[in-house]
This record gives sequence, C-alpha cells and structure tokens, in this order.
Amino acid sequence: MGITLLAELVNVLAAFLLLLAFAMLSQRRVLTLIKLLAWQGAALAASTGIVAWSTGQTHLYYSALITVLLKVILIPWVLHRLIDRLFVRWDIETLINIPTTMLIGIGLVIFAFALATPISQMATTLTRSTLGIALFLLLLSFLMMIVRQKAVPQVIGFLAMENGLFFAATSATYGMPLVVELGVALDVLVGTFIFGIFFFHIRERFDSLDIRHMEKLKED
Amino acid sequence: MNSVPGIAFQILQSVFVVLAAPLLTGWVNQCRAWLQNRSAPSILLPYFTLAKLFHKDAVFARDASPIFRWTPYILFGCMWLAAGIVPVLATGLPFAPAADIIALVGVFALARMFSALAAMDVGTSFGGLGARREMLIGFLAEPAMLMTLFTAAFISGSTQLTTIVDTLAHREFALYPSLAFAAVAFLMVLLAENARIPIDNPTTHLELTMVHEALILEYSARHLALIEWAVAIKLFAYMTIGIALFLPWGIADAGDWSALPYAFAALAGKLALAGAGLALIEALLAKLRLFLAPEFLSTAFLLAVLGMLTHFLVKG
Repeated sequence: MGITLLAELVNVLAAFLLLLAFAMLSQRRVLTLIKLLAWQGAALAASTGIVAWSTGQTHLYYSALITVLLKVILIPWVLHRLIDRLFVRWDIETLINIPTTMLIGIGLVIFAFALATPISQMATTLTRSTLGIALFLLLLSFLMMIVRQKAVPQVIGFLAMENGLFFAATSATYGMPLVVELGVALDVLVGTFIFGIFFFHIRERFDSLDIRHMEKLKED
Repeated sequence: MNSVPGIAFQILQSVFVVLAAPLLTGWVNQCRAWLQNRSAPSILLPYFTLAKLFHKDAVFARDASPIFRWTPYILFGCMWLAAGIVPVLATGLPFAPAADIIALVGVFALARMFSALAAMDVGTSFGGLGARREMLIGFLAEPAMLMTLFTAAFISGSTQLTTIVDTLAHREFALYPSLAFAAVAFLMVLLAENARIPIDNPTTHLELTMVHEALILEYSARHLALIEWAVAIKLFAYMTIGIALFLPWGIADAGDWSALPYAFAALAGKLALAGAGLALIEALLAKLRLFLAPEFLSTAFLLAVLGMLTHFLVKG
C-alpha cells in the first residue's frame, strides 16, 4: 500500500471521528452515548495503528494497543456497570433544541479549521491535515460538557475530550512519548473510577444526577 | 458537441427516462412488498395505473383557476427537463449546458411551488395543509441538497453536472471522506424530497400524516396520471443524480454508440440496487412525526456542510 493511500485512510478515519462527535452531541440516550464513545476509541486506535505502520514508529503500536484495551473495552465496561448500578441505563435526556446545538457545532468546526490551517501548513507529518479535526473534537467535547445537565453524559464528554487530545498528539507530532501516554491513560482510568464514586455521592445527596442541583450548594 | 449523434443521444435519453421511470417505481413497490411479506404486485402496475387514469374523465372543482389546470403539465415538464439535464446515460449531452446544478435545484423548486399553489387553489383544507407541510420540508431540504452538490462541485471545479460526472468518473482511485458525507446527506434529501418514509408515507391517505397525497387530493384522471408520472420521473431523476455523483462508473460519452450497451447495463444494475435499497430503508424505518422532520433535515444539512468543510481541510 502506498503512503498516500494510508494518509487517505487516516483522513477517512478523521472524518469518521468528526461524524461520531456530532452523533454524540445530538444523542439523547445514555446507552448509545457509551457505544459511540467505544466507537470513537476504536477509530482512534485504528488511525494510530495506521500512522504507526506508515511511519515505523513502534511506540505508536503500544499506544494503539492501550487505546483498544482501555477505551474500547475497559472504560465502556465500567460505564455500563455504572449506569446499571445507578439505574440510569434507559435514561433519556431532554436536550434543548438539537438543531441549534448542531449549528453551534458547525461554527466550532469552521473556527477549529481556520485555527488549524496555518499550523498544519508548517507541519511536515503525514497526518497534518487532521489537526483541525482533532482541535474540533476537543472543542465539541467542551460544548457537550457545557450543554449536558446530567452527570454521566458530562463525564462521557470529558472522556471524548481526552480522545480528541490524543488524536491531536498523533496527528501533530506522531504521538507523545510513551511514558506520557501511559500516564494520561492511567489518569483517565482512575478519573473514570473517581467519577463513578462521585455519581453515587451526588445521587445520595440530591436523589438525582442533575448537575443543576449543585448550584444550591452555595453558602449564604 | 451539438452534432447529430449528440442530439440523438439527448432524445434517446429523454425518452428513455420518461418511459423507464414508472418501471423504477414498480420495482421499488415490488421490493417493498417482498420485504413486508406481502405478495408483490406486478412490476408493470404503474403503467396500468397510468393507462387507466388516462382513459377516465377529468373532474374539476367548480372554482378551480387555470393554475390548477396547468400545474400537472408544468410538473411533468419540469421533471422531464430535469431528466434531460442529468447525465443518465451519457455525459456531454447538448442539453447539459442549459442548466447547472443550481438551476437544476431551481427547476425542482419551480415544480414544488406550482404544486403548492395548485393545492391551495381549490381552497380545501387538505390542500392548504399539504402545501404548508410541503413547503416546510422543501425549504429545509433545498439548502442541504445544494450543499451536497457543492461538495461534488468543489472536487471537480465546476457546477456543470456533466463536467462533475466526467471528472469523478475518470479520476484515479482515491478515498474522498467528503463525498461519503455528501452521499449520506443526499440520501436523506432524496427520502425527504420524494415523499418517502421517514418523512412521508407514499401509500397513506391518513389525514394527519400525509404530505404529498394531500397536495394532489383534488386531481383526477389524466391530470392525476401526469402528476403520478412526474413523481416517478422525479424519483428516477434523483436516483440518477445520486448515481452520477457517487457511482459514476460506466457512463458513456455523447455520440459514442459502442459504449451505450454497457452504459445501459450499468445503469440498470445500479438502479435495481438503489431501488431495492430504498425499499429496504422504507421497510426498516418508521415514519417520523412531522415536527421531527426539521431535525432530520438539519442533520442532512449538517452532514453536507461537514462534507464541504472536510474537503477543504483534508483535500479529499
């Protein structure tokens, strides 16, 4: 396979990630959100694997493997267990006005692309054109954390943001050093567990996972 | 380009589309019947229906204006014109420079406007209701359609449909994520524009849900036949636009008679698959509430815009 075809494959996967990000933004069901997150991890691992193969950077193989283990299998499994234990498996969140959120998302795409174009022109990596998409993944996950009111989708937004960061690292500089990546991966895993414990505390305190209740915690 | 073979090709294609369009409708209906475990009607049923309608006497409302009488002919003319512009069998037809993709969308919009006017003309409540719904769907579907076509236009550097198809059919193999986005968006627009599930159910006459049927409720006999025929041509035209943009391989050049049998075979195969696919989509999906239609179409618009942006970012 030629290098151009591999670069095109990475582009296709980047486009797939873009699509998944929008799907996550507009998805109402918690269960589907977790599935989408797992798909995002799979696409991420596939693109990392392709980059590793086309550049011969062995440490990227390891990070692709860690991505599969952690983001496709372990974290979705933990989240599944969490929503089972919290009895929110079939939870449907009422979102305000999906078309408007989508339009804001399009605005973010344009912003991210405009921001990334001058940077990617200076870069020499095979995957420089995907930097804009990586940046956009970050911004859209931010948006998702802002517009969601329930705790579980917010955490999924946080995890998606980490995915975007990872993708940015792969596309801009062929990945961070392995030690850093291992550290981040562990942090995310531990973070998920801590969030899980938080969920139970939030629900115990307010009988709901709605974050708006936290605003009442102010002291007078 | 405007030579005798070119004109012969143009006439051949225009006549072929008009004659073959009901066959495609019949094929979609047959596939859907199979998927729903019913015994399927004959694939020629749309022709029999048209023949039956042409032999009946036309009935008009007492206070129908000329717009009401002319609309079936305008609709049929618009769709026939569209079928002449789209490169169905061959590229470089003499008719093609008459209109680019923007004008093509305009031709469809003209047909929609007249069908809405005619529906409101008689003054029945169903007509007005259908016209309003049709315009709601139309004004959301049009920008998505244009954005889809623009994505393909950016790749080939021209808004002429025939040039786009020429470029896409003869390029080297490359993966275009932008075209994948555009294809999905186009599929959603096709479903909405042709009054298909999930936006509208083409077989229902239930007053709460019908959109297209409410528009043509007042028509009878030859006028109804012309409208039904125009609807069939519209579906055919949309499918061939989709094929021309996303699966253009095997199309002939105007005047090249030797490539024609292959072009026919390729088109027949692609249309058979597309018709079966449409029936499958209709069998799998449920009709959306009317108020969810904007959400459906804004998703189509979003995908089309994403396709265009992806094209600029990753150059593919």
